[in-house]
Amino acid sequence: MSARIVHIASNTFREAVRDRVLYNLIAFALFLSGAAIFVGQISIDIERLVVINLGLTSVSLFGVVIAIFIGIGLVSKEIEKRTLYTVLSRPVRRWEFIVGKFFGLAGTLVVNTFFMAIGVFGALLYVAHKFLAADALILVALYFIVLQFLIICSLALLFSSFSSPLLSAVFTFSLFVIGSFADDLRGFAGLTQGMTRGIATGLAYLVPNFSALNVISAVAHQQSVSPQLILQNTFYALFYTAMTLSGAVLIFERRNLK
Amino acid sequence: MPAIEILGLEKTYMVGFWRKRPKLALKPLHLAVEEGEIFGFLGPNGAGKTTTLKMLMGLVFPTAGKARLLGKDWTDPEVKAQIGFLPEQPYFYDYLTAHELLDYYGQLSGVPGKERKQRVEEVLVRVGLTDVKGVQLRKFSKGMLQRAGIAQAILHNPKLVFFDEPMSGLDPLGRREVRDLMEQLKREGKTVFFSTHILSDAEALCDRVAIIHKGELRGVGAVEELTASVQGKIEVIWQGTQAAASIKALGAECHVTGETVRAVMAESQQDAAIDALRRERLRLLAITPLRTSLESYFVEKLQHSQTTAGTGQ
Repeated sequence: MSARIVHIASNTFREAVRDRVLYNLIAFALFLSGAAIFVGQISIDIERLVVINLGLTSVSLFGVVIAIFIGIGLVSKEIEKRTLYTVLSRPVRRWEFIVGKFFGLAGTLVVNTFFMAIGVFGALLYVAHKFLAADALILVALYFIVLQFLIICSLALLFSSFSSPLLSAVFTFSLFVIGSFADDLRGFAGLTQGMTRGIATGLAYLVPNFSALNVISAVAHQQSVSPQLILQNTFYALFYTAMTLSGAVLIFERRNLK
Repeated sequence: MPAIEILGLEKTYMVGFWRKRPKLALKPLHLAVEEGEIFGFLGPNGAGKTTTLKMLMGLVFPTAGKARLLGKDWTDPEVKAQIGFLPEQPYFYDYLTAHELLDYYGQLSGVPGKERKQRVEEVLVRVGLTDVKGVQLRKFSKGMLQRAGIAQAILHNPKLVFFDEPMSGLDPLGRREVRDLMEQLKREGKTVFFSTHILSDAEALCDRVAIIHKGELRGVGAVEELTASVQGKIEVIWQGTQAAASIKALGAECHVTGETVRAVMAESQQDAAIDALRRERLRLLAITPLRTSLESYFVEKLQHSQTTAGTGQ
């Protein structure tokens, strides 16, 4: 990786930290502590299930909100504030800027997820008093959540490279919601006929398949996740992210910074 | 070899909802700036100065034409390592301190670690920000931001520096310091290209200037050339309380101010005027070729272009 990408990524991470983005961890910790105490009091025998479900869903939602709200401003804010001028007038290629920004945000989300994961395990220990071997599956679910974040970061960057922050937020969040029902969409496309089927199938495969990356319920029920699914999801998320980032680069390479 | 060669760069933006209406920002521009020059790019607001600079920096893509910087294609990343750029009214990452900002830009410009540390300290001293190097930029005044902008433009010791309205937002002292800095850069052998609409700065600093208006180049030349004597006239000043008849007879326009008389006449009458003053035993104080100011030249060019446009010529 070029040194310039590393410098841009580090600066993006530093910006997120200094803009107190990681303060969300305090809100997360408070929410999860409260939920654990509450669940511990009202649930009988299903504390583990509820805490894992609640904890992982919270990790996912907190992360998605951060990914969208930082991601949409990564490029447009730099254009609006003209900070980009002094970066791109240096020997920095436009694609390096986009890729650096992506890694900076992805890094922020990984660190954020790491601390939230500690919170989830802490809440689980508080409620269930011990860990089971099956709890290791939580790590797989967290890994899939991180893969989701990579896709969302790249989508936010893509939209940020040509539209306003508000529209970028709307587009990215819409795709997150639609993508969470991607399996249903594909099923629905299979029920149609003729040309509609072709179009519906194409669209169903075009939206990111977040439903395949969501194994929270399965993990909460201690169902195993096949290594094949892990490989498949890894490949899918990386491919989708790379394609989306390529799109962002293609648009940004041609953009006049007026 | 010219430091900057602009070979017909032009820009037309497509505006309107469907981006179908062309709006001309810059007509084909041909310009060459020699190495070691301080070159002023003058024009009123909206003339096309910033568009030209943005095209040279690769921020805006030209509709046609090309440019060469330091003898290489202007899009070559190697060239960018040797140029510095200060945008108009710069704004930087306000969560960084001045020191961190310069270190970051040094990294992006490929300045090696040890040298970078030294360069950052040097430029902080040079622009007078040493005392506030640990303060986040969000707490900086407009003038301090301008200084930080100048610092980042010269940090990597570039051969060619572009300043877009460098005096903007500075108080008289700050403007003086920037002028000194630009002269210092010239003494170091660097080429300085700066856009401005403050003509006194250009007049005091520039070896040559170009005047641009409504996206079109109106004139290029040395300040002395552009402001050359007004139709070969001179100004003669002597001590006295009234205009000498013999000088008036030379066709001079005389003005008495207190104890001095000022006369404007044809340059060809210079010797006759000196003889006349000697004959009348009057004390000659000064004879200077009458020059127009850059401002007068500038206004004349703009008025001329408006008249031409008005008459459809």
